[in-house]
Amino acid sequence: MEKKFGVYICKGCGIGEAIDLEKLRKRVALKGKVPADIIKEHQVLCSPEGLEFIKNDIKEGTNTLILGACSPRVKTNEFDFPGTITERVNLREFVAWTQEPMSAEAQSLADDYMVMGIIKTQKGDLPEPSIQPDLSNAILVVGGGTAGLSAALEAANAGYQVTLVEKEAELGGWGAKLYKETPRQHPFDKLEDPKVFARIKEVEAHQNIKVFKSSVIEKTDGQPGLLDVTIRKNGNSETIKVGSVVMATGWKPYDPSKLEYLGYGKPNVITNVQMEEMAKKGKITRPSDGKEAKKVAFIQCAGSRDANHLPYCSAFCCATSLKQAKYVREKSDDAIAMIFYKDIRTPGQTELFYKNMQNDPGVLLTKAEVTGISDAGNGNLFVEADNTLLGEKIKVEADLVVLATGIVPSTRAPQEYLDGLTEAGKKGDVAKKEYLDNTPKPEFILNLAYKQGPEIPTLEGAYGFADSGFICFQYETRRTGVYAAGCVKQPMTMADATEDAAGAALKAIQCVEHVAKGIAVHPRAWDTTFPDPMMIKCTSCKRCTEECPFSAIEEDAKGTPFYKLNRCRRCGTCMGACPERIVSFKDFSVDMVGSMIKSIEVDEDEFRIIVLACENDAYPALDSAAIKRIKLNPKVRIIPVRCLGSMNLVWVSDAFSRGIDGLILLGCKYGENYQCHFVKGSELANYRFSKVKETLDKLQLESDRCQLLQVAINEYDKLPQMIDDFVTRVEEIGPNPFKEF
Amino acid sequence: MADKKKVLVIGGGFSGLTAAVETAEAGSEVVLVEKTGFLGGRVAQLNKYFPKLCPPNCGLEINYKRIKNNADITFYTLAEVESISGQEGNFNVTVKLNPRFVNDKCTGCNACNEACPVEMPNEFNYGLDKTKAAHIIHNQAFPFKYVIDGKHCKGTSCAKCVEACKYDAIHLDMKPETITLNVASVVLASGWEPYDITKLDNLGGGNIKNVITNMQMERLASPNGPTSGKILRPSDGKEPKNIAFVQCAGSRDENHLPYCSYICCMASLKQATYLREQYPDSTVRIFYIDIRTPGRYEQFYWKVKDDPGVTLTKGKVARLTEAAGGDVELVVEDVLAGNKITEKYDMVVLAAGMVPSTKAAKIPGEISYTHEGFVVPAFLKKGMFAVGSLKSPVDVAKSVQDATGVAIKTIQSARR
Repeated sequence: MEKKFGVYICKGCGIGEAIDLEKLRKRVALKGKVPADIIKEHQVLCSPEGLEFIKNDIKEGTNTLILGACSPRVKTNEFDFPGTITERVNLREFVAWTQEPMSAEAQSLADDYMVMGIIKTQKGDLPEPSIQPDLSNAILVVGGGTAGLSAALEAANAGYQVTLVEKEAELGGWGAKLYKETPRQHPFDKLEDPKVFARIKEVEAHQNIKVFKSSVIEKTDGQPGLLDVTIRKNGNSETIKVGSVVMATGWKPYDPSKLEYLGYGKPNVITNVQMEEMAKKGKITRPSDGKEAKKVAFIQCAGSRDANHLPYCSAFCCATSLKQAKYVREKSDDAIAMIFYKDIRTPGQTELFYKNMQNDPGVLLTKAEVTGISDAGNGNLFVEADNTLLGEKIKVEADLVVLATGIVPSTRAPQEYLDGLTEAGKKGDVAKKEYLDNTPKPEFILNLAYKQGPEIPTLEGAYGFADSGFICFQYETRRTGVYAAGCVKQPMTMADATEDAAGAALKAIQCVEHVAKGIAVHPRAWDTTFPDPMMIKCTSCKRCTEECPFSAIEEDAKGTPFYKLNRCRRCGTCMGACPERIVSFKDFSVDMVGSMIKSIEVDEDEFRIIVLACENDAYPALDSAAIKRIKLNPKVRIIPVRCLGSMNLVWVSDAFSRGIDGLILLGCKYGENYQCHFVKGSELANYRFSKVKETLDKLQLESDRCQLLQVAINEYDKLPQMIDDFVTRVEEIGPNPFKEF
Repeated sequence: MADKKKVLVIGGGFSGLTAAVETAEAGSEVVLVEKTGFLGGRVAQLNKYFPKLCPPNCGLEINYKRIKNNADITFYTLAEVESISGQEGNFNVTVKLNPRFVNDKCTGCNACNEACPVEMPNEFNYGLDKTKAAHIIHNQAFPFKYVIDGKHCKGTSCAKCVEACKYDAIHLDMKPETITLNVASVVLASGWEPYDITKLDNLGGGNIKNVITNMQMERLASPNGPTSGKILRPSDGKEPKNIAFVQCAGSRDENHLPYCSYICCMASLKQATYLREQYPDSTVRIFYIDIRTPGRYEQFYWKVKDDPGVTLTKGKVARLTEAAGGDVELVVEDVLAGNKITEKYDMVVLAAGMVPSTKAAKIPGEISYTHEGFVVPAFLKKGMFAVGSLKSPVDVAKSVQDATGVAIKTIQSARR
């Protein structure tokens, strides 16, 4: 696009009173190298008259707009000029509301911001989406249990072709093994027939759904919209093309052989899974002698909530045991059920079912720490417990004991295997080979042919659950186009899994729709830009392929990286990683930010600090401080970046070689509970920073001139002080010695 | 015939926002209506989320950005649905738009707030402080547009704000308007209200100053709250060092709310961390019936339980009374130890339960409710969907799952 520039400065909201606009115009024309007559002022740029003023110029051909007004976070409807490059320069929040009006410092700050805005548009271009040919919008659902069946039906009923892959010979998963389900409706007193069979029928008859049973996925290659999935069935392989994936591979019961301390191994100690099987067959009897069980004890949290076993709660076992207590009571009038629990967990309206069960005199409940199960003769058992509501130590006889075992996600075994492999790999090739030779390989789920490994990386401390780790964004997985649902993600009830599956199916649909338009998926779900590397300069150093949080970059046979663009979330981590600085987006590039940095006016007597701020959290936090009219240090120049992962080290040398005295990176909290929506942005930036510090020290440039600060969006009240403290430290170090050059 | 893909979402809290954004990003046109002046709902009032202790405004900011960047979403604030008629594919909905008295010319400059002489209780902060009739709820509010409270504003006789506004943004003569929408499907996401603690006579009935609710605690701990994030007890601004949490305040009680409100255990454990972080010399005691921290939330429970400053005691609190010096006397039976405890606390937090907003404010239209006011999804008309806490008490994570899932239902509805 041939650019015709227009620079507009708003005088409203105190800008006119804080900055000498006459001076500003002169400086901007000179430094921004734009004709003075294209720099215009308006009393209130966002008013209908102000907008008309801009639109008239657009009619005359102006297509590149630099608006010196308020924050780009506000007035977005007003300053929306399709087909133009529009750069919003935050004169209001970062100058007028946070600086001494008409001070030299405010003036110089406004100059710098305006010039940076102009340079940004000079270096940028209008994005055009990259849309790849022959895209598929079909959805693959892996797993045919409650969640998988629901996801398949939801997507199919929304008009999408679905392939459902189930490793067992029959669909239905655990739901098909149940005798009854816990009540989901008022008044929560009647057990319900399993709903899964109707759903299986519907799936099998659906014209949009193709079912593969007794099948596993051998390989998933490609990228969203273009995923080649090889399915193996009875020794034969078939490859199909899909657009995105719902992973609903569920759970396994916790291995009861590890629960010997709760009596497992004794003939009349069974698990809740065995109880379902038995109830389905008919009477509740004792395995040892087939006698009808009349006193059934349920031991809750058998393995769950236990640091030695499963350190989480399996979410549905309380309701399940209450339900099974009802089996006991319904199948035999004179039978009693005793439930030993740590806490009864029937959240929400399930509480009403609990209440109903409490009202049954044949159901006894007590909080207890079960200390052991011992033989009471005749196949009967003693449940020994401490700290109960009935007294300190009790011993109760039962003729059948049911262990409420918990769940282990299907992703746990592959994750543990892969973690082990990574660890072994760190020790060298020999150790790695030894690991591969000697460790039994568990069943993998997706077998992604991705540079960064065959499965979705699960979170640290998530015990293998394929959880997103974000409260607000439950489907923000680390593999674009793959959405987990059901118990593979979090322990949940079947009712919850049904809802969750609908959510995952929607995200799968959104993904194929966005890919078809060349738009990124969440969280930059509007972005039509994409990384466009100048490959001629690539040295195949592979940093991008390793650091990309989404494994969007592969390597060809020669080791040269190439993008699988539909996996990309547009965070710019590759741009930050590349030592050759070859990765650019149309509106964001190494050269662009570098040039902005270099345009900052550096005076020998003045300290200048650059703040690279994550635009998702740190930038809004700075804005919020400004809204509170908390003063921002006038020595700092704030430049927003997509994510701190996009921070390229050349910016550090750009800054210091120009005489900038210090550099702050403002990014999200990292570590186990990371808040970065691009996974590791600030952590990577910090890592890169640590490398540059050595170089700085060698140049006798104190490495303390660089600092990464982790801030959350709500820490706006502390942020200005954090910046002040840093500036003070830099002032103590003294001016950048390169200033004089 | 309505635009086959147009969806109405009622409620701009996290469920409604999610339903709206996810639906629009899947390619449908969405109209979102919110009864207050701002989006974000209850989540915007929270200091931090459990269990990650991250600020909800982060996710809200992302969702606001998604709205700003999506031409397919239109939203109305101060909007109340007056009627819903028709059927799937062709619902006619009338929406009353209450006057904001501030138009789109508002720049958010704060001049009206400075000029406004009228103080009123700050509802956003659950009455813990005052705000002015011309105000914005907090500095990350969306839309970032001031509102003038019609109930408290003195009107044209005062008009100090009108004089102060340089942008012709304030018109005190604005009248309510009614708009008619024709949509293909309707998502009900009008959320929940905290249980009214004045009904809890044995717990002070709302008359003991230093007995606050869990939502008030969130506001006290929030940097944008009445005390700028410093937790101080309401009666005298003293730093509370000895705090009790009363779980199931209203919940799991036949006389109040028979169900479990799902979030309160995790919320109190989280709030215990606020206190312990702010006042390392403080002690917190949580009185519970059962601790309900399902799934991986268990880990958070362990973390808090391991803090020597936090004690958890099984027992339903029998009585709270005002003691000398603003303290609160608490009586409870420790059911495991089998003894009665009477103790004094600087401040007591009631883990007040969740009441569906539809308990008091029914959504017009043929909708069935349970006795407790929850929507019964099975009886909803085709093309109408309820999400989140309208169906059963849930946390934000589950609301998000549900609200994302409802977006696919609207696509299916459009295909029928």
